[in-house]
Amino acid sequence: MRPGRFGLLLGAAAAAAAALASPASAAPRVFTIALDKMKFGPAPAGLHVGDRIVWVNRDFIRHSATAADRSFDLDLPAGKSGAVVLRKAGAIVVACKFHPGMKLQLNVAK
Amino acid sequence: MIRMLALGAAAAFALAAPAAAAPTDAQIAHIAYTAGLIDIAAGKQALARSHDRRVRAFAQEMVRDHQAVNDKALALVKKLHVTPEANPTSAALSKGAAAKLKELSRLRGRAFDRAYLQNEVAYHRTVNGALRDTLIPRASNAELKSLLETGLTLFTEHQRHAEHVAAELR
Repeated sequence: MRPGRFGLLLGAAAAAAAALASPASAAPRVFTIALDKMKFGPAPAGLHVGDRIVWVNRDFIRHSATAADRSFDLDLPAGKSGAVVLRKAGAIVVACKFHPGMKLQLNVAK
Repeated sequence: MIRMLALGAAAAFALAAPAAAAPTDAQIAHIAYTAGLIDIAAGKQALARSHDRRVRAFAQEMVRDHQAVNDKALALVKKLHVTPEANPTSAALSKGAAAKLKELSRLRGRAFDRAYLQNEVAYHRTVNGALRDTLIPRASNAELKSLLETGLTLFTEHQRHAEHVAAELR
């Protein structure tokens, strides 16, 4: 009786913990990356597939956020923003197609 | 031909050196603005004459980016109550550029594309050198200096892009 109840409690606790943990890690999050003075801001840590990245062009010059693997290609007119949803895991190199010296690597987990 | 133009722009900047007084912000703004206008005019000429997709994309980028920098520069001098001041360096730049436009207007097809790109490489190299060595160090207003620094990063990208397209056309 006692061990059983204990086991049940443990099980419930584990289930509750799992319930707490899993939505937190699975829910897509939103990250912002600014483009300013001809540079991409730092790549956010902890990116996952499904997360959304909002690109904010703070320059007075037109840029783009273009993935080397062509998974996204976002035009960013001066002073404008745009968003992409990450669909693939892995390392993605992003550059501005107009100014290819502007580069950033995103590390996306599953 | 290319070397002559590079020399022309280089000579324009060299003109500023013997002048005992360092250029003022008003003169620096005028030089930077003039250098931008020259590249916009060159880009428009290329858009009117070239049929090459890569050359046109490059020229569109030059017109767009230099126009954006010049608009920003105009807004800044207005805010700072500085009136850009004509000077021998910008006059020499304009004179050299007018001669180059005329020279390029006699070329067509691949010959035009090559000459335009080679000139863009030389021109950006000279202007970037002047920005780095003279204009940025001597700019006294922090906002003007910052704009010129962003400009230098941008124009260094242009130089690289020009080199890339020029190599493809070779």
